[in-house]
Amino acid sequence: MSSAKLDPLEPQPRPSQVVKDDEPTLVSAAKAGDVSAFETLVNRYERRIFRLSQNITQNKEDAEDAMQEAFLKAYEHLGEFQGNSRFYTWLVRIAVNQALMKLRRRRPNVVSLDEEVDTGEDLIPREVEDWGPSPEERYGQTELGQILSNAVADLDPSFRIVFQLRDIEELSTEETAEALGLSVPAVKSRLLRARLKLRQKLNRHFRREANS
Amino acid sequence: MKCKSLIKDLADYFDEGIDPALRTEIEEHLAKCKNCRLVVDTCKKTIEIFCNSEPAPVPTDARARLYQALEKKLRQARP
Repeated sequence: MSSAKLDPLEPQPRPSQVVKDDEPTLVSAAKAGDVSAFETLVNRYERRIFRLSQNITQNKEDAEDAMQEAFLKAYEHLGEFQGNSRFYTWLVRIAVNQALMKLRRRRPNVVSLDEEVDTGEDLIPREVEDWGPSPEERYGQTELGQILSNAVADLDPSFRIVFQLRDIEELSTEETAEALGLSVPAVKSRLLRARLKLRQKLNRHFRREANS
Repeated sequence: MKCKSLIKDLADYFDEGIDPALRTEIEEHLAKCKNCRLVVDTCKKTIEIFCNSEPAPVPTDARARLYQALEKKLRQARP
């Protein structure tokens, strides 16, 4: 593996740009034995797969292991990838499985994704304030990253994982449901609750009066 | 439409494929209700902030371990 791929200063793609048009070409080349094509895919997605694993497991060591196992499994099973979905979606599903296994091993009583969501909860937000046009610009990138990461960490795992896949990894509702073995209505219900809870958690940082 | 039912319908409103009649109903309510408008705006902003957030770099030691493991795997796979 070339050392150039290990350069931590190499620019990383923004989330919205991450699934590139050359992905099918790289996957075909990797399937045909082109090692550098697989390296490019790893390099492209490592940060996102690590963040995904970290957000699911909430444990650095488990996240590192889950990321590593996900890439190794992806390589091992590359021949089985039929191209019916994006490679990235397929990779995310593998990483989710690895991360969930870690989480369940460490906290066996916590995670049951298919549990009924408590519908008795009042969803009407209590704090309703204006945030102004670009509230996130009031914070530096590191501080903003910490605020977002803390807000996600506070969510119930079944909300957190759905939000992660749908709104951070940008999978469709159907892809999220398939990856987690949930129904589409269950994904929608968890997603709405996750979004409203996160909105509330971010409110104290982003409302107009914050920091003033 | 009441505020409570609007909140329940937001799951569909934020995503594609909402029934056009329901979308109109929601938008009519939003035009009249400042609180719901603020909830919808800040919720959209929440999604946008997370969606645009940059993943932090993988810690150097974890990255080195990942590439070592991959290199071993790739070497095994070579004829």
